Amino acid sequence: MYGNDFGPPEEAPGGGLLGEVEAAEAALREAAARQRRGAPASDDDLAGYFAEVIEADQKIEPRDWMPEKYRKTLIRQIAQHAHSEIIGMQPEGNWISRAPSLKRKAILLAKVQDEAGHGLYLYAAAETLGVSRDELVDLLLNGRQKYSSIFNYPTLTWADVGAIGWLVDGAAIVNQVPLCRCSYGPYARAMIRICKEESFHQRQGYEILHSLSHGTPAQKAMAQDAVNRWWYPSLAMFGPPDGESTHSAQSMAWKIKRFSNDELRQRFVDMCVQQAEVLGLTIPDPDLRWNEERQAYDFTQPDYDELMRVISGDGPCNRQRMAHRRRAHAEGAWVREAAAAYAAKRAAEKKEKVAA
Amino acid sequence: MNGPFEFTLRLGDDALIAAQRLAEWTTRAPEMEEDIALANIALDQLGAARLLLTYAGELEGAGRDEDALAFLRDDREFRNCLLVELPNGDFAVTMAKLLFLSAYQLPLYTALAGGADERLVAIGAKARKESAYHLDHASLWVRRLGDGTEESHRRMQAAVDEIWPYTAELFAPDPGAPVDPSTLRPEFERVVTEVLAEATLTRPESGWAPAGGRDGLHTEHLSYLLAEMQVLHRAHPGARW
Repeated sequence: MYGNDFGPPEEAPGGGLLGEVEAAEAALREAAARQRRGAPASDDDLAGYFAEVIEADQKIEPRDWMPEKYRKTLIRQIAQHAHSEIIGMQPEGNWISRAPSLKRKAILLAKVQDEAGHGLYLYAAAETLGVSRDELVDLLLNGRQKYSSIFNYPTLTWADVGAIGWLVDGAAIVNQVPLCRCSYGPYARAMIRICKEESFHQRQGYEILHSLSHGTPAQKAMAQDAVNRWWYPSLAMFGPPDGESTHSAQSMAWKIKRFSNDELRQRFVDMCVQQAEVLGLTIPDPDLRWNEERQAYDFTQPDYDELMRVISGDGPCNRQRMAHRRRAHAEGAWVREAAAAYAAKRAAEKKEKVAA
Repeated sequence: MNGPFEFTLRLGDDALIAAQRLAEWTTRAPEMEEDIALANIALDQLGAARLLLTYAGELEGAGRDEDALAFLRDDREFRNCLLVELPNGDFAVTMAKLLFLSAYQLPLYTALAGGADERLVAIGAKARKESAYHLDHASLWVRRLGDGTEESHRRMQAAVDEIWPYTAELFAPDPGAPVDPSTLRPEFERVVTEVLAEATLTRPESGWAPAGGRDGLHTEHLSYLLAEMQVLHRAHPGARW
């Protein structure tokens, strides 16, 4: 019932990137098999030991000592990633009830369900750093932690569901594949699992657009309109240009990040151009052209002022997304309280039985 | 008109409309785990609906596939029970609906799996496993809410009282059908009575018994549900997705 009955893999997106995910998984296994240099010799040696583990491309695990800023950076990044999965359910969830065929409805429902699952893996990975999911959810609901800017754009037509799969999930994969080699073990392992599912989702989005662009003129126009609206917001997902990125240098040194924002953005553009041709859709950038010297496409940068406005809360749907999340949380409070009360009663009964 | 087509269509419509309602919970559930669980159950119902509607279309022999049956019939042509089209209400109402629906679908699919029609045997065998999970999930929540806090007990009892009358329609006798629904009542009663007792809830008195879904006489809710579900499909006649 899944949408995987579409052409050979090399024709659809995801093939090459999936290979990279598998290579990262193999590297992770090899790193685990290599002997790590015992334990740090003394408490004075902790920082040296940490640096050595990073240097040797081994993984930092929850029990290991780590610099406080490394811990904080990871908590921030993993939590924001988790929040993005949870808020990211909304724009696509918006079309589940109206999906145009039962097959598409099933695929979309399964996809949104996967996103909730990704949110859970990521909160679990963040919890290994000594913070609780409840605390992180509170930080999201209070607006003190962010989620990806892209989910503040509205899904106005069915084709937007395809464009999100192809472009937004595509950008997410390009961003996340290198994280499969991130120095923090629990995050790297979560990313391997997530990237595999994301690449499946991206392919499904591509398939939606493919059906539309080879359908009726109205369907094709719907697809082109969606690509026109999602292209630049997707490019902006890679964050500000390298010169203005605040966390980059330290994150690269710690091997949390492996490539700069601009490098990843370029990789994404190069990947999309060919796929757009197969789709028969146009990328809405008149200045997009192949640069023989750079062996890469030149392209127009997204509007970074708009990105900053959206990140700071003034995008089209920021208020709506947050209000929706807060409402679900508030309206569910009595259910969570009931579950806790029920569990407490059962625990008390068990204790009584043991005592008796 | 009763017969294998009509019977299969009823089951398919029950599952389809239940899926549509359950999917409305996506991004709205009280906890993230429950978001996943409700989407999962919605997917199971949708999967069963697709198999049943595809088969119904074949039995009818008029060239209607699952999408023609789901998207191109009006509410007077839908054959689902009223229970599944009722709005989700709060979480307690949704769990009351799911408890009653799954306590009906489990013995129904089990009976189908042991029946004479090969296609329905296969569908029943697959769907009964899923129904067992749905029943388990709903039972657990009805117990948690019923025997949780004062507030949750009050809401769960109100939900059971509100939904209970709609269960009568499920068991209307139909001796000619592949499974006569009236034969499923004892198993339904046994399961539901036990869950309600464990949940410290009172089993409602029988009385008012709204019906009509099987004849296409629905509540006012179905038309809105279909308007939303069918809007895009109907806006592009003949298009492929």
